[in-house]
Amino acid sequence: MSERLLAKLRERFGASVLETHSHLGDDTAVVDPARWKEICAFLRDDPACDMQMLVDLCGADYPDRTPRLEVVLHLYSIARRHRLRLKARVGDEDAEGAEIDSVVDLWQGANWFERETYDMFGVKFRGHPDLRRILMYPEFEGHPLLKTYPANKTQPLVAYRTEEEAGVPLEKLAPFGDDEGMSFGRKNGDATGDATNGEA
Amino acid sequence: MGELITLQGSEQGFVTTRVNDLLGWARKYSLFAYPFVTACCGMEFMALASPRFDISRFGAEAPRFSPRQADLLWVVGTISQRQAPVLRRIYEQMMEPKWVLAFGTCASTGGFYDNYTTVAGIDKLVPTDVYIPGCPPRPEAVIDGLLLLQDKIASGDRTPGVVKPREDPVSRDLVPLRKKREGAPTGRTS
Repeated sequence: MSERLLAKLRERFGASVLETHSHLGDDTAVVDPARWKEICAFLRDDPACDMQMLVDLCGADYPDRTPRLEVVLHLYSIARRHRLRLKARVGDEDAEGAEIDSVVDLWQGANWFERETYDMFGVKFRGHPDLRRILMYPEFEGHPLLKTYPANKTQPLVAYRTEEEAGVPLEKLAPFGDDEGMSFGRKNGDATGDATNGEA
Repeated sequence: MGELITLQGSEQGFVTTRVNDLLGWARKYSLFAYPFVTACCGMEFMALASPRFDISRFGAEAPRFSPRQADLLWVVGTISQRQAPVLRRIYEQMMEPKWVLAFGTCASTGGFYDNYTTVAGIDKLVPTDVYIPGCPPRPEAVIDGLLLLQDKIASGDRTPGVVKPREDPVSRDLVPLRKKREGAPTGRTS
């Protein structure tokens, strides 16, 4: 269906379309992050594309790749009933310096999606009107959906009670056993979030 | 315990009792609850509070949506790190004597939210009297927890308690039935 869209993109932007992929009606283009907004504006405004609806914008972390992060955008045309997935790869091998243009000017709905992607992955959206954390609290350090964020690391806002203060054990009481929680969790794993655990 | 008070009775005699026992007895049947409901356990809380399970039978049905008027804090559901200061503040605003009940596995231990978002049990934040395991707990388990709390209030015991699991009589009776069915001739050849 929208393979025609991919052809159109390749024709219009040439080498800035780094890869394309089509599988069972699912069409993806990986594009140059430097031309992200230009490509989005084209997809929205070109009468043959007419992608008026921003379905989703999110991030993804591939720790083995450089650039490490992906910004993934899903678009849909209500009038023409075709959809497209657009990706851009940003950030170095430590997920630092990930920057891309904001598309809030094109689709208002991108506002909170971009804040979420910033919060979870640390991607900075240039030109976003209000780029703050949206899910985590301002005191939170780091970006929790990065694969390098320790799986069991918490950042409490209030100091936890100590066992001396409480006078009772604060570790899990029966019948809440060691098997509660995730295999890499606070009981079985270490603070680095290493994959080794009691069950392995 | 142990102090004696004398109440003037009829002309023939008098009543003696221990004041703490009397207070405990009075308190345990007039719990004013502050429901701190954050998640899906809230549905079970609604079932518990409505006529079918009816916690008013135990004198604990009156919710107060100001912590200053409540003496029992029901923490019903997952407490995220972001909510932790709010929960602590609500607890601090309650008047003494006050009790805390952890409703469900998430409130008790964090449950399977074993990651950056969630407080691993409200006892990390506030002193907790009774833990009710279950995801969500059945209303019967919650009633068990409430009765356990009432026993603790009556006896002045502030050590934490956990509701013990109960065998479901229905499924206990079903097991022999199923075995019987498996052993019985089916009339089919296979």
